[in-house]
This record gives sequence, structure tokens and C-alpha cells, in this order.
Amino acid sequence: MSFGMKAFYNSTSFLRSEIPLQSNDAFFQGMQDSISAGWRVCSYFGIPAEEGATLYCVMSSRGGSGILGIASTEVSRSFQSLAARCPQLDMFEREIAEQCLIRPEGHPWFKPVRFQKPLGPGTGFWSETDGAGLLPAVTDFYQVEGDEIHEVAVGPVHAGIIEPGHFRFQCHGEEVFHLEIAHGFQHRGIERAMIGTPTPRTMHMMETIAGDTTVGHGQAYCMNMEALARIYTSPRAETVRGMALELERLANHIGDLGAIAGDVGYLPTASFCGRIRGDFLNMTALLCGSRFGRGLLRPGGVGYDCDAAIVEEMGKRLQNGRKEVTQAVELLWSTPSVMARLEETGTVSEADAREIGLVGPAARASGLNRDIRRDHPFGIFRMSQIPVITCTGCDVYARTMARWLEVERSLDFLDEQIRHLPRGGFRAEMKTLAADRCAVALTEGWRGEICHVALTDERGDFERYKIVDPSFHNWSGLALALRNQQISDFPLCNKSFNLSYCGFDL
Amino acid sequence: MLKAILARFRQGHRTIKYPDAPQPLPPRFRGLPLLDASRCDAGCRACAAACPYGAISESGPLKLDMGMCLFCGECTAVCQHNAISFTQDARLASRTRDALTVAAAEEYRPAKALEGKLLRLFGRSLKLREVSAGGCNACEADTNVLSTIGWDLGRFGIQFVASPRHADGMFVTGPVSENMRLALLDTYVAIPEPKLVIVAGACAINGGPFKDHSEVHNGADGVVPVDLYIPGCPPSPLTILDGLLRLVGRIQD
Repeated sequence: MSFGMKAFYNSTSFLRSEIPLQSNDAFFQGMQDSISAGWRVCSYFGIPAEEGATLYCVMSSRGGSGILGIASTEVSRSFQSLAARCPQLDMFEREIAEQCLIRPEGHPWFKPVRFQKPLGPGTGFWSETDGAGLLPAVTDFYQVEGDEIHEVAVGPVHAGIIEPGHFRFQCHGEEVFHLEIAHGFQHRGIERAMIGTPTPRTMHMMETIAGDTTVGHGQAYCMNMEALARIYTSPRAETVRGMALELERLANHIGDLGAIAGDVGYLPTASFCGRIRGDFLNMTALLCGSRFGRGLLRPGGVGYDCDAAIVEEMGKRLQNGRKEVTQAVELLWSTPSVMARLEETGTVSEADAREIGLVGPAARASGLNRDIRRDHPFGIFRMSQIPVITCTGCDVYARTMARWLEVERSLDFLDEQIRHLPRGGFRAEMKTLAADRCAVALTEGWRGEICHVALTDERGDFERYKIVDPSFHNWSGLALALRNQQISDFPLCNKSFNLSYCGFDL
Repeated sequence: MLKAILARFRQGHRTIKYPDAPQPLPPRFRGLPLLDASRCDAGCRACAAACPYGAISESGPLKLDMGMCLFCGECTAVCQHNAISFTQDARLASRTRDALTVAAAEEYRPAKALEGKLLRLFGRSLKLREVSAGGCNACEADTNVLSTIGWDLGRFGIQFVASPRHADGMFVTGPVSENMRLALLDTYVAIPEPKLVIVAGACAINGGPFKDHSEVHNGADGVVPVDLYIPGCPPSPLTILDGLLRLVGRIQD
């Protein structure tokens, strides 16, 4: 049962003519029906046309089958908004409006997403803001009115060394009634620049969609390139990629565990983890010279082989790293003042998480059992599975614990992989991309599901390359977590998600 | 409490010794480019053709502009004669944009210290305000790392502060997205005179992988006056630390 969509598996390509072109009614009804049946939207985007646009929707089935679905429809100047009934579509519909200049009729909160230029020619619905006079966050915000209500505005430039974004809190005393987040400051025009590519620059751009997720996004891009060129990556290269992906997860989770400790004022774990995070980044540097994995993933395989000396050194460092990080993090669970701050702070209920389409550790901490590594396995994860963890607390504690349990699973995975590194080549020669095809790649980055959709034209160039970073799904989760919280808990809630600004703003 | 003390004891003192002792780098680290034109075939500039950013001179003497370079190593992969290699030397920062260009048979001279009044003012205490203007969070993360116990930037009197009013200078990362240009300029204006601007990473110097996108300004150079350039994609924390220490006169060759 795939609701009229074309069913396919992760990391494959097929002819664009195989994508069903449905009537508007069938398309929008199909989306609603499939969402009601437990399917989830991975990507929903448009390609602008002369008058209107062609919309594409990529969905993930309810787990178990590994099936993905894709369908399309042609719309003119407007299309039916489903966001009121399916809140996970909210950002997608606004993004389509901004990129393709078509209006989602009946959208409950119709605003720009990134204050960006449209993909094609023309001016948009916010003509004063999508041309030369672009001013992100200069727009209406949801406002609460009444006695003693006040508004707090934060950003774009924040207090620490972090990326820019704007937060607007509606407060009653210390209590936050509502938080709205305005994005767009980091917009670099990646999707517009992808039209007509790939070029030799493209891989570097993929590595910097979100610099802390170089491997996650790099892997998705390589999978699409390989599916379109119809080449296979050696098991050895797939293993090295999988190791790099888990090292990336480890470094970021450990850094965040330290930062969460710092935000509740517990300095031992904050200091230890800040340093240990670096040890894991340096393990990635052992593979390729770059702490973020730059240059490691390349279409066809990996840029650097993992030799015996690296395996040996990595084994030693992993053993030591596990010992040190366990000691540092376990302090959290035995310190009552820490636990008191984490528990029942920043709750996102399972029902809300499902409705807004949360992904990654944030979803798993709200009890949603979803992980691309198991649900739609790719690369080495087709051979070697990592058990999926879930927590049911839905609060900052659950998100912290989820990170820690994932750290343990990733360490186990790495221990196993370095002992069984397959022999063989590490990089296959790249071929030209097939024309008129569609490829879809999903990976599980450390923040969650990453989805790249490539559509090639008759020459084999990208007519559209759509990227969804996990943060695109999850920022609404942070906004919900703040409801009825003390505003002073914002840094803690924020860190428990630690979402990407540039990954959202692309 | 006892557990915390025990953990503290076991974790030990882990701050690096740099600059008093060299800091080891991973064997595959790509630092200062080493050019050897004597190995080149006449007329061969396969390296220049392989660079997607035009960092290597297409004719004339062999030169590489580290401001444009992402240290991706594509040039070394195509060179048949090992005329280009990346060394383990992480001392890359420069006071001027032009000086970031390395040439064959010329020694690279990293940044010199501030002069006169500025050195007197900032040599022992430098407070910086960081602005990420389209940065991908790699430069930001490897700058942040300097404040951890592993690097302990504070021991040199250098600190990242939470307000431009408390700052002596601005530390910029990212290609300067159009959507951040105003906030960047506002921050700059809010810093009291005299002030410094430090740019870190290929993006902030020249646009990096986003060079020439109409949504970015090809870096902070040209938007604000720059006093220190720290190349890399992202620069290693060691490169950033070394650059900062040279600027405030803590390292002099």
C-alpha cells in the first residue's frame, strides 16, 4: 500500500518518468491519507515552472518495510495547504512558497522561511523582503497580549561562539507562553547554486551545508552521485564512511553532553567532555587529516584509505576515549542537582513529536522509534546494525540520556568495525550521471534524518537538488519545548536539541 | 562529590604546552603548502586546473593563495611530480591579504605582532566578539575549542566575550551572507575604538565554497577593515591560536 506513490528503497535511482504525476486532488488526498496511516514526510519541494510549479513529495513508510514513496503534481499559482491538519508540512509549504513563488492556500501562518531569493525569476509574496531590501526576521511575530505580558527578543548575534538566529519569546514574568524562531541569517544560496551542477566545487559545498555534519551530508551526496552514475562503492569504503559517521556522532554528542552540563552549572563534566570531544574529532583527523572529515568522503568511495597503522592507533584511542567519557558522563546521573535541572524540563510529548515530524535523538527521546540506519539502511548499516535506542521521558533528561546511549552504541559499532575492516579498493572511478533520473538518499546524521533528492535533466545535470537537514524538522520541537518553561531554561533546552542554523538556512 | 574529585584526579591536567612546546598534528594534516617549481614539467599547471577556486597561479611563477585554498588536496592528487604538498606546519595566519600567497622557493612568514599603541593596549588583554556570518559551524566549533581546558585560551589574556561593548575586536567566520551583513556591521560599529578585526576560515577571507554566490559577500574583507587573516577550511585550532598569539606578540620568530 503506497497511496499511489512510486515505492522504492533508499539510495537508489529511477527514471523520472516513473514518478507518478497525479492530479492535484489525488496528490493532496494521498499525502493526507498516508500521513494518517503513519507515513512521514522526508522531503516536499517544488521546481518552478513558467506558470506555477511541479511539486514532489518523498515519504517514508511506517517502519519495517524500508519502503519510501514519491509522487508529484503540477500546480499553478497556488496550491492546497495541508499544514493546519499536518503540522509537519508547515515549514515545507512556506519554503515552497518562497522558492517557487506559489501560494499555499489556507496556510495558518504564512511567512517567509529564509528571506531568500526565489529559485527562478520573479518577485515573491514578500516583495520588499525577497529582493535587494532583504531583511531577515523583519516580519510579524505571533504576539500574546494581556496584563504583564512582555516580549523578549534575542539574536541574531548570540552571546557565545554560535551561529545566528532570532528568537522571540512571549513571556508572563519568567514563564514563556510562546516562542517563535526566525531563520534565514545563514542563507548561502546552496540549492540555487546546485541547479545545473555538479561541478568540482559541489562536494565542498555538501561538506559545508552544516560543517559539524560534514560526513552525514557528504554521505547522502555521495550516495546520490553513485546511484546516478550507477557505480558501486567497495565494502571497505563503506566501512570507513560508516566509521566516520559514527565518529561525527560521538564527537557532537559528547560535546553536547558537556555543554548541557555547563548550562546547568556542573563544571566537571563540562570541562572533561569539552576536551574529550576533541579527542574524537582528532580520530576523524587520523583518517583524513581534517577534524571534521573534510576530504574523506568522495563519490565512488573515500579519499583516504584506512591503513593498518591507523586501525591500531584508532583502537587504542577508542579504548581510552570510552573510559574517559564514561567516567565524565556518569557523574551527571549521580549528581542530584544536575538531575533536578534536567528532569521535566523542556518536554515535547510523543504526540506532538509525531505531529511535527521530529527526527533523530530528539524524536527518540520522545519515544518515537525511528532511525534511518535501521529503517532505511544504507552503506555499511545494511550489513552491520546499530540498535536503536528510545527514551520515554520526552524532556531534557531524556534527550541527554538518548545522546549518551547512542554514544555507547556508536563506540560498540566502531570497536567491531575496526576489527573487521574489509579488504579491497577504497575508491571507484566516478562516471557521468545518467540523464532524466531521480535519486533519493537518506542518512542518519547525528542530529537525525538527512534527505537529499537529486533530479537530473536531459544532459545529466541537476535540474533540482533538494536538501533537508534534520534541523528543518526539529526547530519547531525546540519552540514547543519552551512552552510554559522558565525563560532561563532556554539555553538548556536549546543545547539538548543543538540544532543547525546553516543546515536550516542552507 | 567524592566521585567528582576522583574523576578530576583521573582526568589529570590536559592543557597543551603550545607555544612552549610544539603541538603534534595528525600525520595526514594539511598545513602550509610547499611548492617546488623545479619539479614541474614546462607548461604544466594541472594543479591550477584542478583547483575549483583558482587558488593556484595559472601562469608565471608557481604560487598558491591560501586565502582561497580549502586545503582539500585536489591539486596534490593530480600533480605527477610532487611539486605541491601540504606540510605539517600550522602557522598560517597573516596580517595582510596579499601575504597569504605562498610562492615556490620563498619562505612563508606568518603574522607579525601589532605595533605601538595597539600592542600596548591589547598585548596582555584581548577581548573578542565572535560573529558567524554564514559560517557552517566548523570554524565556530574549532574556535570554541580554544576555550576548553585542552587549549585554555584565557591563560594568554585572550577571551571571547558576550557583548561588542566589552570587546576590543571582532572575530568573523563565514562568507558574510547578505542576510547577516547588517548585523555584522552593527556589531562592528558597537565595538569601541580602537578595534581589531580578525577573519578566520576560507569563507570569511574569500567566500570559501560559496564564493561568488549572489547571496554572500565573498568574506568580510571589503565589508570591514581586516587586521588578521587565518586561513583554512576550517583552520585548525592550532592555526587560530598561533595567529592570535602572534598578533598579540606572544610568539615572535
